Amino acid sequence: MGAIEAGCRYYFGYPITPQSDIPEYLSRELPKLSGEFIQAESEVAAINMLLGASACGVRAMTSSSSPGISLKQEGISYMAGAELPGVIINISRSGPGLGGIDASQADYFQSVKGGGHGGYRIVVLAPASVQEMYDLTMHAFDLADLYRIPVMLLGDSVIGQMKEALVPNPRPARELPEKGWAVRGKGEGEQRVVKSLFLGDGELEAHNWHLHAKYQVLKEKECLSEEYETGDARLLVTAFGSVARIAQTAVAMAREAGLKVGLFRPITLFPFPEKALARGAEAAGRVLVLELNTGQMVEDVRLAVGAGVAVSFYGRPPGAGSLPSPEELLEVIKKQYV
Amino acid sequence: MQQVFTRPQSLKDVPTHFCPGCHHGTIHRLVAEALDQFGVQARTIGVASVGCSVFLYGYFDIDVVEAPHGRAPAVATGVKRAKPESFVFTYQGDGDLAAIGTAEIIHAANRGEDITVIFVNNTTYGMTGGQMAPTTLVGQKTSTSPYGRNKAKDGSPIRMAELLAQLGGVAFSARVAVDSPKHLMQAKKEIKRAFQYQVEGKGFSFVEVLSACPTNWGVNPIAANARIGEEMIPYYPLGVIKNEENL
Repeated sequence: MGAIEAGCRYYFGYPITPQSDIPEYLSRELPKLSGEFIQAESEVAAINMLLGASACGVRAMTSSSSPGISLKQEGISYMAGAELPGVIINISRSGPGLGGIDASQADYFQSVKGGGHGGYRIVVLAPASVQEMYDLTMHAFDLADLYRIPVMLLGDSVIGQMKEALVPNPRPARELPEKGWAVRGKGEGEQRVVKSLFLGDGELEAHNWHLHAKYQVLKEKECLSEEYETGDARLLVTAFGSVARIAQTAVAMAREAGLKVGLFRPITLFPFPEKALARGAEAAGRVLVLELNTGQMVEDVRLAVGAGVAVSFYGRPPGAGSLPSPEELLEVIKKQYV
Repeated sequence: MQQVFTRPQSLKDVPTHFCPGCHHGTIHRLVAEALDQFGVQARTIGVASVGCSVFLYGYFDIDVVEAPHGRAPAVATGVKRAKPESFVFTYQGDGDLAAIGTAEIIHAANRGEDITVIFVNNTTYGMTGGQMAPTTLVGQKTSTSPYGRNKAKDGSPIRMAELLAQLGGVAFSARVAVDSPKHLMQAKKEIKRAFQYQVEGKGFSFVEVLSACPTNWGVNPIAANARIGEEMIPYYPLGVIKNEENL
């Protein structure tokens, strides 16, 4: 829905649990809007169809889940290199390998650190509710166009499959630059080429500095995070996505028990909201990172907060039965609370 | 004075980087002539593949999207669906199309995407230094088949033009060569016919062009040119394999 309201009319995907609801929905809706839906022969083909459509300047997307995202990394790297916008929804699942379809945050590294070759970054957004999935999808298309960069929404089966109330909130796109780089058939104009090959002496280095500068601007301008009960917190719980939802309940329970605990939830995983987190962490003095993996985002948390802040971690590898309950997290919070 | 020969408008006035005796330049010219003839240069979006053909945008004066290795038909699908008014062709080598990109070519063809694929078959990976390709002939020595292609272990060379012609979405499939004036004229005719399919919106069209790679075959341009007729054409017969609308 968010994608359609953002003006996306082109979808290319391949079936994989737990995200097949997305292609099923769009296969029904896009033809009504004179859009194009293609069930591609593979994840690799789907991302390359997205590459082709994005090169024409239209808003387009794909979606998949972890093993499928692994296959898409080639195309994501090429899109990052050629500075093509495009939205990729990753309703991730557990692994490695075929793993399982349960809620998982095992793909934080893959998503945030540039899972393909070449040392690029993409924007990664981590919704924690159905409403946010919808809102951030629209935001993703804006960021993609504004920065000429692929944008990934990273969720899991909890966020991707749950049913919640949704307030439709279509909004005008941000003011966006003209796509003067998109191929269109040159007509009487100048030739346009969308490419990521730079062989001339110094060309590729300059291109990578240019990409690097873009990532710095993203860090400066586009970080998003949410805070809950952080004002007087002496322990700052930090979690994203589905785990943040459970953590919020645990934090509320801790508050009821009289513990001064707050929740810091990064919404952008790249750019990581370092400054906001560092402020909250310094005020609290202690940070507890909760993840549904054995410790990935915690590395970015440690880099973000000062040396004077104690950072602890609790996580479980994803898999059937490993999603922690609020009570379980409350016990962890109590242990870490000084 | 009547001008009888000139550079096609769709080609830039630049020298190519291709090796002496390589046929890419010739095939570029045939494609450019066809673009000119149909007057589609202004609305053409070419899709470059990985290999020697990647520099397409340096020689054709058209908009170009560069595709990852083998993915040109998928990229072209995205382009054509997003801009159905555009004229879209891919230009791919045999490693790109018949090995790493087999899934993409078969499914783009089977969907009947309204694009044209120019497939340059020189029985080797040119850019990477002459390794064995899916089209390498049995017995042919390459840098990764130093004892010659072994049918028992490496399989038989793939005849893509025939293979694709089996698919419902393919409207036109032909194999041509550029080793003699006669074959050149036939190649020109079939490339134009393939383009006509797209211009008329009549489905997927495919032209396989047998060409020489003297550098990686380790022979001089004259011997390389001769090999096309002596060794390649007997295995890869020339002609129109499918012409659904009899254009």
